[in-house]
Amino acid sequence: MAISAHPHPHNPSGRVLRPAIQESALVRRLLIGVSVVFLVTFLFLPLAAIFAEAIKGGSKAWIIGLADPAAWSAIKLTLAVALIAVPLNLVFGLAASWAIGKFDFIGRNLLLTLIDLPFAVSPVISGLVYVLLYGAHGWFGPWLQSENIQIIFAVPGIVLATIFVTFPFVAREVIPLMQEQGTEEEEAAITLGAHGWQTFWRVTLPNVKWALLYGVILCNARAMGEFGAVSVVSGHIRGKTNTMPLHIEILYNEYNFAAAFAVASVLALLALVTLAAKAAVERYSLSAPATAPAEPILIVSNLTEEPAR
Amino acid sequence: MFSRKKNLTSTHWRTAANAAIAAVVLAGSLVDPRPAVSETTLLNVSYDPTRELYQEYNVAFAKYWKQKAGEDVTIQQSHGGSGKQARSVIDGLEADVVTLALAYDVDVLYQKGNLIPKGWQSELPNNSAPYTSTIVFLVRSGNPKGIKDWSDLVKPGVSVITPNPKTSGGARWNYLAAWAWARHKYGNDTAAKDFITKLYKNAPVLDSGARGSTTTFVERGIGDVLLAWENEAFLATKELGEGKVEIVVPSISILAEPSVAVVGKVAQRHGTVAVAKAYLEYLYSPEGQEIAAKHYYRPRNPEVAARYASQFANVNLVTIDGEFGGWNKAQAEHFADGGTFDQIYVPGR
Repeated sequence: MAISAHPHPHNPSGRVLRPAIQESALVRRLLIGVSVVFLVTFLFLPLAAIFAEAIKGGSKAWIIGLADPAAWSAIKLTLAVALIAVPLNLVFGLAASWAIGKFDFIGRNLLLTLIDLPFAVSPVISGLVYVLLYGAHGWFGPWLQSENIQIIFAVPGIVLATIFVTFPFVAREVIPLMQEQGTEEEEAAITLGAHGWQTFWRVTLPNVKWALLYGVILCNARAMGEFGAVSVVSGHIRGKTNTMPLHIEILYNEYNFAAAFAVASVLALLALVTLAAKAAVERYSLSAPATAPAEPILIVSNLTEEPAR
Repeated sequence: MFSRKKNLTSTHWRTAANAAIAAVVLAGSLVDPRPAVSETTLLNVSYDPTRELYQEYNVAFAKYWKQKAGEDVTIQQSHGGSGKQARSVIDGLEADVVTLALAYDVDVLYQKGNLIPKGWQSELPNNSAPYTSTIVFLVRSGNPKGIKDWSDLVKPGVSVITPNPKTSGGARWNYLAAWAWARHKYGNDTAAKDFITKLYKNAPVLDSGARGSTTTFVERGIGDVLLAWENEAFLATKELGEGKVEIVVPSISILAEPSVAVVGKVAQRHGTVAVAKAYLEYLYSPEGQEIAAKHYYRPRNPEVAARYASQFANVNLVTIDGEFGGWNKAQAEHFADGGTFDQIYVPGR
């Protein structure tokens, strides 16, 4: 890391080479200091506060807070919603990125824009559109009511809103990678006689598996933590349609701080587990190329790719 | 090479299919199945500060109903700003009963949703308001700003916390109580409007419900005075322990009548009309009145009221009908689009 302002000894022209970092030590320390203060104030302290508040009342208060049937039902609902929304978005995200990344077709850009829509739209709107569609006075409301199907202010509405909000995560991770990888490997596989599905399972999917996993993890984190859109369609029925984030707000508003922070600590723990999984995926995906070419098809594909670089 | 792969491909498929099935089964087991047919479920959609009241009342009613009808009943609760809750019911929140902050919010269920009959208010005694309350001030301990009456709220440097009248029932009572005081004091509506303009200039935030405002004032420590439901003010002093905040009773306030109604259309569909009616009627029983009084609502029952008389300050209370010609008129004049509230309130000042 030593930085020298002197001309390089092997530099015959004798011109002064600019060092990579020009800032003085003071400026550098100041910048680092600012970053650290920022991280501590905005990221570390709030997280620490959640756990500090959660254990303040002792382990008994924490357990009482979580043992409440309403809290337990909120935890179960959150997990259930994530378990439905994430696999669906995995399938959709993969299909969409395959279509967009590997093919050129009319409406491709439109599809790309549509996938980004949930990122651009405020979660409140995301919730309200479902009220407009499936609410009692919405487009499909009267029909749903005559069929006795409840979507808004019930679990299906929460699932729909969550799927909408977490729509882009998988696709957005996988599309750039597929575009970058191009179609040469798939073409090679087909030339060698592979069927469409074989090509997909043996070539396309292994090439994007880390990006896919990464997208799934982000998707899951958002699915469990989503507040805005879910709040609009939930109806806030205690023990029935409250997800964890909604239940935490309700407990807080009931002055039940011990229980609020107990549930908040569980939600934060789930998020930390997700982040740990993300870090693990990043580490494995970096070390993966060294271990990956165990399968013959990958060696072939590496060969076809090498000359291009 | 590909023959081996064919096997692998089907293994992939099987793994993926198994994972998908496992996810669906797990998700299904996590979502509570609909309650068994023998058990009756009621959904009570209520406004913000009634959480504690109905938590206790639901237990008492379930016991009473078990004795009377031999039926187990589970009551589910939903709370939020009164106007917002009414909106949700119109949009399809399946409430069997509503217990909202004011008659107008119940009336929109008739006007906009056609979910209840026109004459809903005469189906239960006392205009379908089983308990009443009023609006008081909550100030910091020792009353550092010396707030005694409405006139003190418009002084420079006094920060007033009140919710948004567009979404909150309590906020509308606050607004009308202030208006009534100003009209009595200055003699006309122009002066009252002037007073209200100054009052809302002193309001830095408008939460969507009464409970949000209480949290803003008490927990976040914002503001010098909170305009609150009497019951909410009592609860805040109790929950925080004596000595952090105190109640100031103004010279004039308003008789707030939180209204209740069976949502006929929904209850009929659920087959819960009888139990929903009994649920609301039991609020008028001595037991129901006792629970309301315990949670600082003013009971209608004279005997229960006499027992709790010392709890409630003797305030000069104006009524919505006498002072403002009823809720429909007050709503149209003050809170509808382009009403006085829209004219006087400019956010961010």
